[in-house]
Amino acid sequence: MNIREFFPLYEVARDPARCVKCKLCVRECANEVHAFNEKLGVLTADDSKCVNCQRCVAVCPTRALKIVRTDNTYKVNANWTGDAMREVYQQAQTGGVLLASMGNPQPGPIYWDKLLLNASQVTNPPIDPLREPMETRVFLGKKPGSILRGPDGKLIPNQTPQLALRKPILFSAMSYGSISYNAHAALARAAQELGIYYNTGEGGLHEDFYAYGDNTIVQVASGRFGVHTDYLSTGAAIEIKMGQGAKPGIGGHLPGIKVGPDISKTRMIPEGTDAISPAPHHDIYSIEDLRQLVFSLKEATGYRKPIIVKVAAVHNVAAIASGIARSGADIIAIDGWRGGTGAAPARIRDNVGIPIELALAAVDTRLREEGIRDEVSLIVGGSIRSSADLVKAIALGADAVYIGTAALLAMGCHLCRSCQQGKCNWGIATQRPDLVARLDPDEAARRLINLVTAWDHELQEIMGGMGINAVEALRGNRLMLRGLGLTEAELRVLGVKHAGE
Amino acid sequence: MLREGQVRIPAGCAISGIFHRDGTREDGTRIMQSIKVMHDRSNGLGGGFAGYGIYPEYKDYYALHVFFDTQEARVACEAFLDRHFDIVNLSKIPTRRHPRIVDEPMIWRYFVRPLHVKLEASQLDEREYVARCVIRVNDQIDGAYIFSSGKNMGVFKAVGYPEDVGAFYRLEEYKAYCWTCHGRYPTNTPGWWGGAHPFALLDTTVVHNGEISSYDANRRAIEMFGYKCNLQTDTEVITYIVDYLGRKLGMTHEEIAHVIAAPFWQTIERMDEEQKKYYTYLRNAFSSLLITGPFSIMVGFDGGLMALNDRLKLRSLVVGEQGDTVYLASEESAIRTIAPDLDRLYAPRGGEPVIVTLNERSAQ
Repeated sequence: MNIREFFPLYEVARDPARCVKCKLCVRECANEVHAFNEKLGVLTADDSKCVNCQRCVAVCPTRALKIVRTDNTYKVNANWTGDAMREVYQQAQTGGVLLASMGNPQPGPIYWDKLLLNASQVTNPPIDPLREPMETRVFLGKKPGSILRGPDGKLIPNQTPQLALRKPILFSAMSYGSISYNAHAALARAAQELGIYYNTGEGGLHEDFYAYGDNTIVQVASGRFGVHTDYLSTGAAIEIKMGQGAKPGIGGHLPGIKVGPDISKTRMIPEGTDAISPAPHHDIYSIEDLRQLVFSLKEATGYRKPIIVKVAAVHNVAAIASGIARSGADIIAIDGWRGGTGAAPARIRDNVGIPIELALAAVDTRLREEGIRDEVSLIVGGSIRSSADLVKAIALGADAVYIGTAALLAMGCHLCRSCQQGKCNWGIATQRPDLVARLDPDEAARRLINLVTAWDHELQEIMGGMGINAVEALRGNRLMLRGLGLTEAELRVLGVKHAGE
Repeated sequence: MLREGQVRIPAGCAISGIFHRDGTREDGTRIMQSIKVMHDRSNGLGGGFAGYGIYPEYKDYYALHVFFDTQEARVACEAFLDRHFDIVNLSKIPTRRHPRIVDEPMIWRYFVRPLHVKLEASQLDEREYVARCVIRVNDQIDGAYIFSSGKNMGVFKAVGYPEDVGAFYRLEEYKAYCWTCHGRYPTNTPGWWGGAHPFALLDTTVVHNGEISSYDANRRAIEMFGYKCNLQTDTEVITYIVDYLGRKLGMTHEEIAHVIAAPFWQTIERMDEEQKKYYTYLRNAFSSLLITGPFSIMVGFDGGLMALNDRLKLRSLVVGEQGDTVYLASEESAIRTIAPDLDRLYAPRGGEPVIVTLNERSAQ
């Protein structure tokens, strides 16, 4: 078929009365949507190339541009929606797996929005964070569950290595490769300034960023890209990535288009090759194998680093977490169904796994039932969109949260979900030097710091309202939550009462 | 309407305590007089006392005070006690009829010692064995509730104003070196005797004024260690935390205070290195047992008493001293009424434990 099967989903709307023909949009659009017709002296747009990243809209000095959803409509069908039809056409044409990026955009329950928070009235006072200390510092790692005394009777600290966070937020794993050098620089600087951590993802660590080691979590994933002794011993903690919320059951994808010289060196792979990580770790086919990798990494780093095991939220995540808690790992990270990615098969992203709210509640409950909650700390991500989500996650039982998408948004991302194409106009999910240069790492770091600081303020306000002045007293404090419009089964899994109860 | 234990009931309160460091034992007259002054801090829905040193003749036996709702509950409970303990004495606890104390359950007292064979077989230490038996009765035998289980001490509590509760139990007939007392102001009507304070496990008793905001975090943490928070009250969870940290982990009362009412980070940061290390360790390692929200508590234990306020001191607590006697109460008036001339009177700071112990352990 040679007819055009795709009518572009988005259209460029240019207001000729405002446009001054400065052609900035032409220069800024890496997708080459905009062009200037010299003969006619007009700006044109090829809507079919537009990913709706909003770059041209944001830079247009006269606000002459907007991107609008097309009103072209297939014959309306509630079952065969326009998206469903379009994807069939696409696959009929290419024979390929549908590739997508960032988190699952489909509608579906977002439990955060169906959980309501408590506040103090009369019987106990709210606490004012402007006037009283309000503590949001946390430690991640195994708790000793016993005490040790020296000959003088004094307590000897007997805990294993811990991560100390000034705020219960970490930047989640995003590899150098999937995102740019400048984006990594911003994350590293912000993490250092905030007293928190960022995560290398599975792309290794660029030598320029070793300086931020104390605020870096280094990841060991199934591809083992960029893993070597210096890398392991530079990080404050090591994360074994077993799975990711956006694509449980498969490994990472980095399209070859993004593998330039620097990425090649950092990952220790040839330039231009696709970096497709194996689905499993080939040395981990079972839980006892995980234990061996945990202790191999501990041996390699002299038992000085906590080990994080990151898993995707899948159906039996509670049992899996219980196994991990007994494997010697210090921290479990759980990534939910809506977690983001730089590239994943759309069908997997949208259909595999379970919401993080349910997974977190199930894991926390299970670990407590087994009496092993103190063996590990819990970090959750995928997706935490605001401080309200953060508070609810902690009240459900998380020690801290990972934020990825929110961090990218803070740096300028507009969620066009086209990272896999490597042409990010915001300089984030690209390796093209001209595009990377658009992201000022200092400015991006400042915005990241602002975001986390703002969330921390809001966390403090909400905690104060509850009469809680230390975040550890919020952790797992599910009486501070009530469900709204949830079924009995949902309430049971979440371990919360319905509003009014 | 749900009964206490099926629903969480916040409560405000009055507390008072007397401690004789020299081991002198006094009867319950003055402690009743002290709590009576704070009548308006209670609302008649719960009052109670703990006395230490009251059973010298049975000091080597665990004194179990039990409420029974029904004869069946008593039969079931006694059968359980028979299987696990040697019962050397059992009787109803003497009470007098009182116009404002009504609907009383059956109130019994058993002096017991763990059955040697059972204890050996359990491979538990004696106190852990007793604690587990108590928790099991309270959790599993419907209508039976062991509300006091220590040696040479006892809890007396009921629904009513505390001064009436004291009269009902004839506390003028008991002599203790340490008395603590509680008047309750719950925010709905539980009408259940077990819900009154003090709350006790073994020789640890807790009276508490406040409503802790960390409740569910603390509850879910402590339940991992074999405790069952059946009453859903702050006092119950505080008692278990104190028992866990003290009896099971071996912390001193001072260390326990530093866990549950830990100093703020901003304070810790100003300390010297050694102290900083110590407090940081406690806050990190036992973070789930930090208690937030307003409280003033008195923790009675064998040979001592600890009083503690929350970190912000959101509840009143004053301490008076006269010779070897220490008085503690929610309000100064409750101390002045029984001890007008004090050597010293002060309000401890938030998170600063006041710990008093017998001068000589043998003195009692």
